[in-house]
Amino acid sequence: MIEARDISVALGGKRIVSHVDFAARPGEVSAIVGPNGSGKTTLLKALTGELSYTGTVTLNGRDLSAMKPVEAATLRAVLPQSTILSFPFTVREIVRLGLIGGRAGVLPGEDQRLPERALARVDLDGFAGRFYQELSGGEQQRVQLARVLCQVWAPVLEGRPRYLFLDEPVSSLDVKHQLIIMNIARDFARRGGGVVAILHDLNLTAMYADRIFVLRNGELAADGSPADVLNDELIEKVFDCRLKVGALPSGNVPFVLPQSAA
Amino acid sequence: MAEQSVVGAAGRVMAADGDRSTRARFVILLLCLALALSVLLSLTSGASDASAVRVIRDWFTGAMPADAALAARDRLIVYDIRMPRVLLGVLIGAALAVCGAVMQGLFRNPLADPGLIGVSAGSSLGAVAIIVLGTTWLAPVTLVLGTLALPLAAFIGGLAVTFLLYAIATRQGQTSVATMLLAGIAISALAMALTGVLIFMADDRQLRDLTFWQLGSLAGATWPKIATVGPVIVLALSAMPFLSRGLNALALGEATAAHLGIPVQRLKYTAIVGVSAAVGASVAVSGGIGFIGIVVPHVLRLAIGPDNRYLLPASALLGASMLLLADAVARTIVAPAELPIGIVTAVAGAPFFLWILLRKRGVVDL
Repeated sequence: MIEARDISVALGGKRIVSHVDFAARPGEVSAIVGPNGSGKTTLLKALTGELSYTGTVTLNGRDLSAMKPVEAATLRAVLPQSTILSFPFTVREIVRLGLIGGRAGVLPGEDQRLPERALARVDLDGFAGRFYQELSGGEQQRVQLARVLCQVWAPVLEGRPRYLFLDEPVSSLDVKHQLIIMNIARDFARRGGGVVAILHDLNLTAMYADRIFVLRNGELAADGSPADVLNDELIEKVFDCRLKVGALPSGNVPFVLPQSAA
Repeated sequence: MAEQSVVGAAGRVMAADGDRSTRARFVILLLCLALALSVLLSLTSGASDASAVRVIRDWFTGAMPADAALAARDRLIVYDIRMPRVLLGVLIGAALAVCGAVMQGLFRNPLADPGLIGVSAGSSLGAVAIIVLGTTWLAPVTLVLGTLALPLAAFIGGLAVTFLLYAIATRQGQTSVATMLLAGIAISALAMALTGVLIFMADDRQLRDLTFWQLGSLAGATWPKIATVGPVIVLALSAMPFLSRGLNALALGEATAAHLGIPVQRLKYTAIVGVSAAVGASVAVSGGIGFIGIVVPHVLRLAIGPDNRYLLPASALLGASMLLLADAVARTIVAPAELPIGIVTAVAGAPFFLWILLRKRGVVDL
């Protein structure tokens, strides 16, 4: 379990995140949503230890700030929004970097083929020999996801759940790959790991998230299941846009159509 | 697309698609041979007609040569002039190339180089300060440290510039490459200005020492010099392989490297201290020798990729070979006089580097 209490982050004297409580359970996909500039990425960077924060963050009950980088790396992997390289790495070389510090959690010898397996999962079969810099933005993002998957290939290692932090994992992807990536996240959670993802697409959020944290101006505006959180009132308040939340007759999955804007 | 055809051609030796480690090992093996040949060439060529082969053969067989005086002269030339020079060339060539590769990895920029961003200028300042002020203001230092004073001063000068540069270019854990390059130019200019002041203060004898040293040359190679700077360079270079995995992760950015479990801060400090030590020691004995640090890693990245586990040892081997060849040219092209080696590496390196840039333009973003 990832638990964060009373998290505040200030950047350059300006408070970006204030007093946010957060919890991500293993077995669940936890989504962080909110308008641009609401502090989503900053909160994620605090939760991964990338930015200094006040408050406490614990990973499986252990204080994050007391962990060595290599200890944290065996418990969670982080996908940044985008990664630009200055050197001509091949796709396989990038994916293999996921095996540097963490422990994939596969049998010895199996990790040799892990980059290929991870690439196949993100629908990049046959891309191993390509140069990363020659790929499109969406393809690069999926290469990075494959690298992140290598780092925590087994969602549970030695009885302890592990976590994926994904910062806008589907923002530059076409709809087919959005679904593929979200299914990977859900599958990771189903097999006992935890997923924390920043998402912009409220419909994908409603479909895949077990729990939603809504940020507004750096504060937690609401949290709960999609059915609890996604309602007309909250959407209007947080996103400053009058939208109607709909629900399919059968699936009971809420959806928000831009066409409903009034 | 040169890159793709290179990959395609090497596909035969690849273990898996996109895995260039087999090819890298093969290239490293070839580079070992190239270095051995370069060493042999350097030992056997020079202004004198002394035969290194004969000297070595005599040494092995214990044979007494017919002309004892000539043999003694040859032995002197080979043992006391060429051998230390070759060894120094190997050490410095390896140091410059590896430090270039490490700096490029650290700054995530293929143009970073101890020479370009001012580390060499800082080392020069330290060294010149000892040469000029060693008998006056800094007399206690030279008295206590003896022959160590010069390399140590060069080391401290390089270290100071590197730390300053890093502090200026880094904000909230992010190192700005543009700031780093610009700050490097400014700090270089400042260090060179201070060096200029010292040169202005120097007397005639010191000026001769300085000019000789500043142009960059392996000519001053002696066994005592190697005993002084050799351990520093060897120690610094032997720490570098331990950084290679961390530098690979750093290619993804500092935050991502940390997420991968790399102790980024320790990595940065180790790299900075190691580079300053090796470059400082190199500059102290051979002056400024440019372009090895940029051209060697760049060429190798095209051949074996940017994986530092292979790039660093390959850079050491190719850097050493290239410096030996440059030195062989410097020694023979205007024999019996000698061209400063810095001129040779710049004349050969600069156009070559431009050619690479033009060929690669548009394919790989610098």
